[in-house]
Amino acid sequence: MSARNIGIVYRKELLEALRDRRTLISTILVPILLFPILTVGVGYVVAGLIEEADREPARIMILGGTDSPAVVSGLVKSKNLIVVSEPANYVDLISNKKIRAAVEIPPGLQSGGGTDYSPVKIYMYSGDLKSTTAAKRIEDFFNDYRENLARDRLTAQKLPASFLKPFDIKQQNVVSEEKVAGETVGGIIPYLVIIMCLTGAMYPAMDLTAGEKERATMETILSSPISRTHLVLGKFLLVLTASLVTAALSVTSMGVSSWVIQHLQEQTSGSAMHIKIGLGAVLSVFLVALPLAVMFSAALLTIALFAKSYKEAQSYISPLMIVVIVPAIAAMLPGVELTPRLSLVPILNVSLLCKDLIAGTYHWNSIALIFLSTCVYGGVAIFIAVKMFHRESVLFRS
Amino acid sequence: MIDARSLSKRFFDKKRGQICAVENVSFTCQPGSIYGLLGANGAGKTTTLRMLATILEPSDGTALVFGHDIVEHPERVRSSVGFLSTATALYPRLTAQEMVEYFGRLNGLDEATLKKRIDDIFNRLDMNSFRDRRCDKLSTGMKQKTSIARTLVHDPPVMIFDEPTLGLDIMAARTIVAFIRECRQAGKTVILSTHVMSEVEKLCDVIGIIHNGALLAEGTPTQLREKYQEKDLEEIFVKVVSPHVGAEVS
Repeated sequence: MSARNIGIVYRKELLEALRDRRTLISTILVPILLFPILTVGVGYVVAGLIEEADREPARIMILGGTDSPAVVSGLVKSKNLIVVSEPANYVDLISNKKIRAAVEIPPGLQSGGGTDYSPVKIYMYSGDLKSTTAAKRIEDFFNDYRENLARDRLTAQKLPASFLKPFDIKQQNVVSEEKVAGETVGGIIPYLVIIMCLTGAMYPAMDLTAGEKERATMETILSSPISRTHLVLGKFLLVLTASLVTAALSVTSMGVSSWVIQHLQEQTSGSAMHIKIGLGAVLSVFLVALPLAVMFSAALLTIALFAKSYKEAQSYISPLMIVVIVPAIAAMLPGVELTPRLSLVPILNVSLLCKDLIAGTYHWNSIALIFLSTCVYGGVAIFIAVKMFHRESVLFRS
Repeated sequence: MIDARSLSKRFFDKKRGQICAVENVSFTCQPGSIYGLLGANGAGKTTTLRMLATILEPSDGTALVFGHDIVEHPERVRSSVGFLSTATALYPRLTAQEMVEYFGRLNGLDEATLKKRIDDIFNRLDMNSFRDRRCDKLSTGMKQKTSIARTLVHDPPVMIFDEPTLGLDIMAARTIVAFIRECRQAGKTVILSTHVMSEVEKLCDVIGIIHNGALLAEGTPTQLREKYQEKDLEEIFVKVVSPHVGAEVS
């Protein structure tokens, strides 16, 4: 009878949730659209800006260089540079984006003086994409000029090119792609799962408690024969469902977005950064996050039940985001590793463990300790939620 | 039958301290009759009825509702009770039929019985034209009918009405009054709270006058008229309550 009653409440809450535009937006639409917009959309805009900066010839100014006409001529002939001569101060011109960069050619550069090794100075607007692009073009020009000059000098001295570059340096990755993924994006996925577990549970938790008080349906349901324990468990299961669906949709959406981006990169540039994350690792993350979602769902139900209205519930729950985000972000910081003591810190423990799981590292003792401790926290949260549903001062707070 | 035995309810308020909403209230309601709990706002009517419906737990005392103790077996009590008040709203995103089905299932009805009962009730209350319409799209009268259907779906032997016509227009109020009479005719035990004298005169077989949480007078309308030598119920109410106005029940 008890499971039947919990099921009846759950099915009714699910039906209502599926008919509620706000729940559908927060649980389904936002997680599906968030990552394509953030990754593909923002990536597309950024790529467009970079392409525009690459395509557009940059207006630059040359300072000095009267005794290096070939160098000046080379700069003037450069395809992507337009050399202008302006009487005004180059700093003002760069600041006002009238020109993108200026280059100061030291005396005696072309004649091969170079005895005092005065540098070629490039003046630019740091942080401005078009200015940075212009500075890079000028730097590339002078790198080529320097290499040609060095090659000519070696040839004149009858020395091989290896005289100046006797050996190469090459970095080689020796660990698996999973471990690389763990270090690069390993912190993001648990962060995402944790935050989405919380945000997915937020709206339904408020709707099923404070919303019910606001709509005056709390007394209606309390007059039915269902026990308050079964009632809260039915509501809790719906909140948990919303939490897990939001997290699952977010990770799926992020996976698809990443795949699309890698695919586009391969098509456009022929190469892309390959990040391999196994399905098993993602499922492990969800398994570990399950008791955390239980804890969030029960805690949110309890907090929202205190509120008299939906607005009041929002003001109680909003600070909870910070409480969750801080430990979730802490796990992404370099140097924060899983220790026995940290294994007992809620949220941070799951976040750190998930990072290991994504990297393909399975420390079974830690997994057991974290899973069990989070189950205990989740159980305590459910117990408190049930207790709160039995308190008249909370249910009929006015 | 309802047998309230020394029911008391105390609340704690941060500003006012301990508040006694109901103190030592005892009365009996018989099947096939309507008991009217008459009192001003804040007299303790709603708290008393909420205790009988087991929505609130008594601080002291108890009551038997259809033979079930409200403290010992609250779930059995709720299975025997239909509770209707202006505070028992409908779920806005459910249709009228889904709303009634939900409460039928919570009352343990199997699907075949539930379907039959819903068809009967919807025909009787003329609700078929809006059975698939969402509750937030219903008119006040339609909402009242749906609320009535919700309370009737498990055919409870005891009906509790807490100011059932409060805020309703005349037509919606008439529907409720007619429904309360039907319940009496069907042999149900009916208790209702109100501060509308005309409603009490029209409906109630026994009247209990409650003030500051205490039951001050009780009897049939005839008995009360004889005792207080007044024809008008409003005058009787004023006579009963006046000596206690301003007095605090601690």
